[in-house]
Amino acid sequence: MQKVFIHIGNYVLLMQKVFSRPQKGRIFWNQLISEINSLGIESLGIVAFISAFMGAVVAIQTAYNITSPLIPMSMVGFTVRQSVILEFSPTVISLILAGKVGSRIASEIGTMRVTEQIDALEIMGVNSANYLIFPKVVASILINPALIIFSMWMGILGGWIAMLASKLVTSNDFVEGIRNDFLAYTILYALTKTVFFAFIISSVSGYYGYVTNGGALEVGQASTKAVVYSSVIIILFNLVLTQLLLT
Amino acid sequence: MIETRKINKTFGENHVLKDVSYIFEKGKTNLIIGQSGSGKTVLMKCLVGLFEVDSGMVLYDDRNFSTMNFEQRKTLRQEIGMLFQGGALFDSMNVEQNVMFPLNMFTKQMIEEKRDRVNFVLQRVNLINCNKLMPSELSGGMRKRVAIARAISMKPQYLFCDEPNSGLDPHTSGVIDHLIQEITKEYEITTIVNTHDMNSVLSIGDTVAFIYKGNLWWRGDKETILQTVNPELNDFVFGTELTSRLKR
Repeated sequence: MQKVFIHIGNYVLLMQKVFSRPQKGRIFWNQLISEINSLGIESLGIVAFISAFMGAVVAIQTAYNITSPLIPMSMVGFTVRQSVILEFSPTVISLILAGKVGSRIASEIGTMRVTEQIDALEIMGVNSANYLIFPKVVASILINPALIIFSMWMGILGGWIAMLASKLVTSNDFVEGIRNDFLAYTILYALTKTVFFAFIISSVSGYYGYVTNGGALEVGQASTKAVVYSSVIIILFNLVLTQLLLT
Repeated sequence: MIETRKINKTFGENHVLKDVSYIFEKGKTNLIIGQSGSGKTVLMKCLVGLFEVDSGMVLYDDRNFSTMNFEQRKTLRQEIGMLFQGGALFDSMNVEQNVMFPLNMFTKQMIEEKRDRVNFVLQRVNLINCNKLMPSELSGGMRKRVAIARAISMKPQYLFCDEPNSGLDPHTSGVIDHLIQEITKEYEITTIVNTHDMNSVLSIGDTVAFIYKGNLWWRGDKETILQTVNPELNDFVFGTELTSRLKR
């Protein structure tokens, strides 16, 4: 338990260093663009693939489980929309990103630590925590909501294509279900969660990379810890945020 | 000139540096030698502020580094260049970007001026036509030379070299040693080299400090070290088969 509090304390102290004014605005801007590309744009493929297939699976499962003639088939589109927007895209895709992006951040910064590149920055007088972690945090907060919107779109598209291909539900019924009782607030709810999750992924992974000590083995361990703890914290915050935002 | 006054450093129960007082002279290559685990790397990290000393003072030309705040240290650090054991080049940047990095961070020079400076320092370390190479494409000696170029790009007053010859063959080690010595004389800077390579000691050691079990055990230069009667230093200097045969 004591270890947990030590980590929380060290994390808060590191964040104090991270959230300071960048030394050079132009350099920060260049880093931000580069991070948006590596953390966000390069994740488009995996997000599209998983979202489309998950949307298709949700649609097929729902269609096969509607056995009562009293339930309209438009319920399939409705279920796909609700599950994708409320939970699947913001939470599950954030967990996927914790694996992909989190391990990348931790191993990149961890390697810089064990090869003395962070020491080199410090010797030069550069605030290494701010230089290395701040652009990643800002990039994640900016790009993850866009990825999640894209994921929602792909999930619903996947469901629609699955229904067209399997002929379980007509296109009209599916689209009608998607439009039924739509609340714009659900999008706001999903994006609010996404912003919190993006911060958790980038800052927790940055922390574990930054405090790496040792060699290649420890970099691997830091990468694993970054993914595990980011995921656990996302799950915990998901419960808290859902309770706060939907009551 | 860099001066340490009675500096102490402990890690838990382990007292690594014990009342180390020494003056590293300007325009000279000052060597810190000692066995692995003797405390020489800790001493160097205390000098540059990567470790905080528990007590004592580190003075850079009478400026007390130990009591400086972050901003004051940041200013002073622009006068410091450091060559790390593995080079510590930034993997995501090519040679030119690595050497230009301090200039980008701390100067308002135009890109042409920065490029001129980069080319000048790369030429100074005998690296020509490799501006666009990535660190992974460089040999060990080339990495060290790029690291030296980056360290001197801001025209430092103080140059620190942590085991500059580790992992290099004897010939390349000699090249790096002489480069460090030439730069020291040319720019009249205070250079501190942390090494356990006796070839370096004998070729560039203007002053030599021997650290033994955290204490400053002996001080002298490359000439006096061979005549020493200090038993611990003798064990260190003549510890290899080659040197002990030569002594006999």
